[in-house]
Amino acid sequence: MWTFLVTEIMFFGGMFMAYIAYRHAYPLAFAAASQKLNIILGAINTTVLICSSMTMAMAVHSAALGKKNLLILFLIATLLLGGVFLGIKGVEYHDKWVHHEVPGPNFEFEGADAQHAALYFSLYFGLTGLHASHMIIGAVILIILIVKASKNQFSAHWYTPVEMFGLYWHFVDIVWIFLFPLLYLIDPRK
Amino acid sequence: MSDHIVPVRVYWSVFITLLVMTVVTTSIAYIDLGPFNLLVAMTIAVFKATLVVLFFMHIKYSTNLTKAIVISGFVFLLVMVFFTMCDLLTRNITAPGR
Repeated sequence: MWTFLVTEIMFFGGMFMAYIAYRHAYPLAFAAASQKLNIILGAINTTVLICSSMTMAMAVHSAALGKKNLLILFLIATLLLGGVFLGIKGVEYHDKWVHHEVPGPNFEFEGADAQHAALYFSLYFGLTGLHASHMIIGAVILIILIVKASKNQFSAHWYTPVEMFGLYWHFVDIVWIFLFPLLYLIDPRK
Repeated sequence: MSDHIVPVRVYWSVFITLLVMTVVTTSIAYIDLGPFNLLVAMTIAVFKATLVVLFFMHIKYSTNLTKAIVISGFVFLLVMVFFTMCDLLTRNITAPGR
């Protein structure tokens, strides 16, 4: 599982590298564009994701102790928190759409360097989109785990799928831990 | 896989620390520290990620092989960033005709 996660580090790493390179090239456009993001929603989503990591850690813990009901409860909590995260992300995407901040023919930006602000938003949608797609895949696996747990397929002796999925979920949390400061906190808020 | 069972209070302490760090990093974003904003934000992010890897992902209690794989993943990420930036930061010096 860790070998897979290392390939995931490289998968996200390539996009992070693109972000670092372009931010280095156009720091002012990136700073101006980042002001358009809603820092409060970003912080709330960070908190939601940390909570879901906590419930996931507790789910693995319950599985290791063979507590089936607690395991199902914590898996459902993790799923719900993941849903809240994606919901808030959807609200943010909708705001970007309404305010013509999605790169493309309808992109509008009042700053000095609209072309490279569009580049920032392309990276924003690429990075958060890749992250959100990992969350959606995670939610599907969570549903499968909840079904399997309710069919008594896990015990204190064998709960490997729960443990492996826990690693995946925490990894997705770590990606967001870096995305939040890099996308939302670039420039001091005025 | 490790059979070590981490006490619940460890999870709670990590969880509380992560929440506090999120509040701290968000608050600091409203203060202009010049170039130190990036430094502080990234230091806090690395600290949070380390906590998640060590405790939520049980790496503190894992075998040396697992630790080596995790570290190699991040080391090679840094290798990529390091050499790409070596290239980008020196282009103005080395590009012919400048």
